[in-house]
Amino acid sequence: MRQLRQSLPTGTFVLGCLVILGLIPIVIRYLNGLGAISNLSDGRPWGFWISFDLYCGVALAAGGFTLAGVVYIFGREKYHSVARPAILTAFLGYLLVILALLVDLGQPWYIWHAMIYWNIHSPLFEVAICVMTYTLVLALEFSPAVFERLSELNLPVIRRFNWHIPLRIIRAIQIPLVIAGIVLSTLHQSSLGSMLLMMPHTLHPLWYTPVLPLLFLLSAISVGPAMVIFESTLSTRAFGHELAIDVLSGLGRAIPYILGLYLLLKLVDLLVAGELGLIFTAYPINLLWWTEVIIGVVTPIILLSRPAIRQSRRGVFWSSVLVIFGLVLNRFNVSMLALGMRPGFTYFPHWMEVAISVALVADALLVIWLSYRFLHIAEHGEAVAE
Amino acid sequence: MSKGTLYDATKCIGCRACQVACKQWNELPAEKTTNSGTYENPPKMTAYTFTKINFTELEHNGKFQWVFNKQQCMHCQEPGCAEACIVGALVKTEGGPVTYDEGKCIGCRYCMVACPFGIPNFEWDKPLPWIRKCTFCADRQGAGLKPACVTTCPTGALTFGERDELIAEAQRRIAEHPDKYVNHIYGVQEVGGTSWLYLSPVPFEEIGFPTLPSAPVTINAERAMAAVPPVLVGVAAAMAGIYWLVQRQQKIGQKAGEEEKQKEKVK
Ligand code: SF4
Ligand code: SF4
Repeated sequence: MRQLRQSLPTGTFVLGCLVILGLIPIVIRYLNGLGAISNLSDGRPWGFWISFDLYCGVALAAGGFTLAGVVYIFGREKYHSVARPAILTAFLGYLLVILALLVDLGQPWYIWHAMIYWNIHSPLFEVAICVMTYTLVLALEFSPAVFERLSELNLPVIRRFNWHIPLRIIRAIQIPLVIAGIVLSTLHQSSLGSMLLMMPHTLHPLWYTPVLPLLFLLSAISVGPAMVIFESTLSTRAFGHELAIDVLSGLGRAIPYILGLYLLLKLVDLLVAGELGLIFTAYPINLLWWTEVIIGVVTPIILLSRPAIRQSRRGVFWSSVLVIFGLVLNRFNVSMLALGMRPGFTYFPHWMEVAISVALVADALLVIWLSYRFLHIAEHGEAVAE
Repeated sequence: MSKGTLYDATKCIGCRACQVACKQWNELPAEKTTNSGTYENPPKMTAYTFTKINFTELEHNGKFQWVFNKQQCMHCQEPGCAEACIVGALVKTEGGPVTYDEGKCIGCRYCMVACPFGIPNFEWDKPLPWIRKCTFCADRQGAGLKPACVTTCPTGALTFGERDELIAEAQRRIAEHPDKYVNHIYGVQEVGGTSWLYLSPVPFEEIGFPTLPSAPVTINAERAMAAVPPVLVGVAAAMAGIYWLVQRQQKIGQKAGEEEKQKEKVK
């Protein structure tokens, strides 16, 4: 097996503790209702879970479809080695979203109602259908990693089954799967923006625009490569599979173009709406806008346009961190900070709300750790490249 | 035909009989509150209070005014809540009421966020929570009765009837007493119109009504949703096309490479 650093067992221990800590509020929630563990109220019915788990979670899972597209559709074999980890994190990201919804929904046991009572006008319905189908697609996209491993194992019953059959089936439908993944992600990333279109009077005009779906899609595409850089740098630390620098800088090179387009659209849209002045006058909320744009968009564009920075691992890594920060702040802005509350209410997340989200992320990290330990994830590029 | 209710703030005496009647008919529990220094009670609408009289003290045209206004679901003509609801639990019925089916609801609370008047409320304290809001007494209406609040109102501040006729009636009252009312019937235009209509002696924004345009809150979302099928087909086609092109190029590239190799061999 692979070399594991000594620190990992302690890491998994900490993660395990976080998971258990998060379970306690979940139990209280099912016994006593959402009010018992959250600061959510009639004035702020959507809070930390929706902003962090749903809005950030989905966007940060964008590495899956962007990388799958780059490798399998655009045929850039160079990035093959990062496609599989990206698909794994996307898959886990979506599972997290579903788990978080099981906590956040008032009646999670009726979640399947979304499948039988269709309101095709509801943007949330689009979100739900996309989450369900795309999670399935991601599971299938990732399944070869599991089948490969099973076919190698020499365990009693498992050995009898010919794991090459499902493997071959998935390989045969791989391209349609990837295309389905891209289509679903396009719809899904943008539909989270469409959801906010229902709030023309509560979402601040600096953020509310009919082109929100497009802005959501563009920012998700830009954060896809950033997340891949971020994760692979961290997994290099933990598992020691160093990624070639030209893969990293290649990913970094794409980011300024997409972010540039995003920024342009954001500004032109404000200009056309005649609301550009708000970025100066709408104090104090404009500070959030500036932070998001300067730190999360403009700075990474400048940094990643410079070859010297793209050639340094640290440069690429920290630029990606900025992109991710900008996206997270943006999603928090549109779904919480710049979204008006009913008069007379205030909201700050309860620690148990945060504890549940932390536990879910810890869950995902544990699964990632297990996958790196038992499946061919990182060395996939060299070892199993067909 | 669509029913509505006209609330005339100049006739309301703030007795809150409507609040009580609503609680009785809907079997809603009382809420523990503390003295807030005004007659207003409870302080906010909740899952257990569907309607509430707001009390505002203000100066208008140089005169002190104590104005009441009744809050409840407006039963919009193009309700944001119904458009938002993922399972279609909230529906605008032809008769006027926006009804709620708890047999469908999953508790996502999108309706609460999407309502421009901030009306649907949630049972935060229950392990099996539902959304609750004014039903416009759809059940009573079905049996030919008026809503409980209208029935109980002692001063005739609430008038129940056909929405069109109520608008005409409101216009008549304004025309007869232009000094008594501001020249605005709230609910005729706002967010595409609402079943509940309001007359007031003072500007509506001063007694807590949101200033809203006549465009329904749903239009941008509707446009985005209409774009879904073309985007779906378009992206799928584009991706398939790019895949085909890339594969073709790679094949050509490979062939060229092989030919060159062979040429080299021949040499
Ligand atoms: S006031 Fe709110 S809850 Fe009532 S119908 Fe309109 S959108 Fe729905
Ligand atoms: S909480 Fe219930 S009624 Fe409201 S949008 Fe969600 S499913 Fe529909």
